[in-house]
Amino acid sequence: MKLTLNIWRQKGPNHPGRMVKYEMPNVDEHMSFLEMLDVLNEDLIHKGEEPVTFEHDCREGICGCCGFMINGLPHGPQRGTTVCQLHMRQFHDGEELWIEPFRAKAFPVLKDLMVDRGSFDRIIAAGGYVSVNTGCFVDGNAIPIEKQNAEMAMDAAACIGCGACVASCPNASASLFTAAKIAHLGLLPQGQAERDRRAVRMVAQMMEESFGYCTNTGECEALCPKGVKIENIARMNRDYLKAAITYREESAPAGGS
Amino acid sequence: MAINLDAKIPSGPIEQKWNKAKFEYKLVNPANKRKYSVIVVGTGLAGGAAAAALGELGYNVKAFCFQDSPRRAHSIAAQGGINAAKNYQNDGDSVYRLFYDTVKGGDFRAREANVYRLAEISVNIIDQCVAQGVPFAREYGGVLANRSFGGAQVSRTFYARGQTGQQLLLGCYQALERQIDEGRVQMYARHEMLDVVVIDGRARGIVTRNLVTGAIDVHLADAVALATGGYGNVFYLSTNAKGSNATAIWRAYKKGAAFANPCFTQIHPTCIPVSGEYQSKLTLMSESLRNDGRIWVPKKQGDTRAAAQIPEDERDYYLERMYPSFGNLSPRDIASRAAKRVCDEGRGVGPGGLGVYLDFSDAIGRLGKKTIEERYGNLFEIYERITGEDPYSVPMRIYPAVHYTMGGLWVDYNLESTIPGLFVLGEANFSDHGANRLGASALMQGLADGYFVAPYTIGNYLAGIKPGGVDESHPECKFAREEAENRVKTLLSIKGKKTVDEFHRALGKIMWDKCGMGRNAAGLDEALPLIQALREEFWQNVTVPGSGGEVNQSLEKATRLADFLELGELMVRDARIREESCGGHFREEYQTQDGEALRDDDKFCHGAVWEYQGSEQAPVRHVEPLSFEHVHLTQRSYK
Repeated sequence: MKLTLNIWRQKGPNHPGRMVKYEMPNVDEHMSFLEMLDVLNEDLIHKGEEPVTFEHDCREGICGCCGFMINGLPHGPQRGTTVCQLHMRQFHDGEELWIEPFRAKAFPVLKDLMVDRGSFDRIIAAGGYVSVNTGCFVDGNAIPIEKQNAEMAMDAAACIGCGACVASCPNASASLFTAAKIAHLGLLPQGQAERDRRAVRMVAQMMEESFGYCTNTGECEALCPKGVKIENIARMNRDYLKAAITYREESAPAGGS
Repeated sequence: MAINLDAKIPSGPIEQKWNKAKFEYKLVNPANKRKYSVIVVGTGLAGGAAAAALGELGYNVKAFCFQDSPRRAHSIAAQGGINAAKNYQNDGDSVYRLFYDTVKGGDFRAREANVYRLAEISVNIIDQCVAQGVPFAREYGGVLANRSFGGAQVSRTFYARGQTGQQLLLGCYQALERQIDEGRVQMYARHEMLDVVVIDGRARGIVTRNLVTGAIDVHLADAVALATGGYGNVFYLSTNAKGSNATAIWRAYKKGAAFANPCFTQIHPTCIPVSGEYQSKLTLMSESLRNDGRIWVPKKQGDTRAAAQIPEDERDYYLERMYPSFGNLSPRDIASRAAKRVCDEGRGVGPGGLGVYLDFSDAIGRLGKKTIEERYGNLFEIYERITGEDPYSVPMRIYPAVHYTMGGLWVDYNLESTIPGLFVLGEANFSDHGANRLGASALMQGLADGYFVAPYTIGNYLAGIKPGGVDESHPECKFAREEAENRVKTLLSIKGKKTVDEFHRALGKIMWDKCGMGRNAAGLDEALPLIQALREEFWQNVTVPGSGGEVNQSLEKATRLADFLELGELMVRDARIREESCGGHFREEYQTQDGEALRDDDKFCHGAVWEYQGSEQAPVRHVEPLSFEHVHLTQRSYK
């Protein structure tokens, strides 16, 4: 099939960007979207032009590296699919596509379709973990976990940190990402001890990173490639509300004989 | 040149070796730990776990990864599960049985003491991960669930749907982020290691390129740990991530770290077949599918009927026929070769005849679609997305693909390479898997090395040295940095006619055709000059657009490929000299009458350990003899 691509080209973070048009005369329906861009890039290199920079690594939909907007949708039109797994059979001959980076203040563009998502790591660093040192464990079966809770925790933990939720949100909120981790750990017995602290700190970091607020638009859930549900945001809000009332950062001096 | 291949295996009975070693290791006083620094390269299961655990102990850690976040390392793509000798199923598992299965599965080419330690630690890994909040699959009673994997007759594999690697890595990444928040670990994402700095015979640092600004810098420390994964991408098409590369271990090899068993590569039996010339990678379908899927091809050659039109008695369930006791759960090397054999006989299915069926219709009939969906739903979705076919109604088509490399940098029992102070963890070392890795054992090894072995052995090393003592003004730092800068400049200045990917595809074709699933002397003899010629052409005719001072993905690919072009040659040399078949290394000249791998224990019961001799001379092959006191050398049988 024949496609026309309009791709956002931007040399660096401090350069202006613009849309550039490329014709793709021979697209095979069995190609993935990224393989189509590989073909374009090979062609550009042969012509002495700079290839399009886009992030990718596993190309199996799990590492979360890839992601950009296709016709205004993060990861393109197929539900539950990252762009590396999106295949060209989802498009039709003669179509014109608009390809842009994820847009958010907290995701500055580094080059072309590549953005900086370091803010996500800082949100996790603020409290998205269980504080156990290596070796601090009991037998794996010592604490039974209700199957249903384990399943719901897994549903939330399936987040790949790609940033599609932010890109799809009119407020560029990272609520779904942050809530997924708060819910994953909050649903498990191991996550209880730090539940309040986690909610307070992660939400504060999310604000610090200039992500917007959640207004329950629901775009994030509709466009999440891993089907992470918006009910997690409700869980986050409940945890945050409770913690805001009851939780205090430790202030007692440490000591001992 | 003398090379010390003392494996430093502790004395005493195998069950007590690790405890004895841990007791004998020297310790660094808690107050002194912060004076020592450790560099960890790679943030997958091995590197991420090591960086987190070393940070928890109080060392100053600098961690590096080339991805934009440590959470994206390729461990994340592991699907099926992680083995542990918990015996929760009461089906006769034990540390000894896991040890036995792993040595046998590796076709008797791994060190017994290392494998025993791995089996011993396996049980702690599960406990550790549960404590971190890894959401393993559970039964209704709330206890952990297990599934079966190839090469074992017990159910010892723990899993989190088809995303076990992801969940284990996130556990590890979260532990790492906690240390970053506490200031114990300094994280350098989007940094690629280009060289190791060796001063006075010890590893003292690394040279990195910042993949955003292009800056090339030296980082120094008291010890360096490489956990940079395997080198399967030498084949171009593999199940590895596009960025997975051998540069870190290859540069270390060229600085004096010996490389062991480079020819031991694993071809995974269940991957989605190639669909066209533009193909950029191959996608694995977890081995766990073989629990319920039955593998078959038509009995007749060139049978082009649709699967559903082929009656039961005209199908050949060849694994069940050839290996009745293990059947569809035969080890990977055996299942891969069997698939190749039936396709070579002209009985393959799908375009080009390079595929076999993995059929779930019996299991769906027996268990219902819902159960199958629960077990493998996400894998079925992946398959449908890629192929456009619905595996609930049409059997999957699968074909073997390069997946894992058992070879890697030689390490002793302490995971230390032949360069003092350079430790190698996870897939990057020549590992505990011998000539073939069993399914669900890579995650186990990565986490064992990272959480439970390296923190002790690196501590022992540090306890014996004084911290610090060098700075960047040292001539070796300057030299290593300049060398890295010059390589980058040279690659950018060639401005030839062929792209990096064109060269990489060409290398991959040579490797797959001549040093892939089946190898023979004639093919390997042809491969060597072909690789050398390709390498020469690369340095004269590659084109790398852009500059060195910015994000430049073509340049990243070029620096990685330059090293693959050298590593490919070493793999061929190693495969040529090893005149036997074992595990993933199948020399066509050495097989039994029914086509099974034929080992030669008199001549090759050893690890082949290669030492670099400079670019003008061929490398030297040393051996580390292996002895089997517990698992006796026999021909593997899965019949």
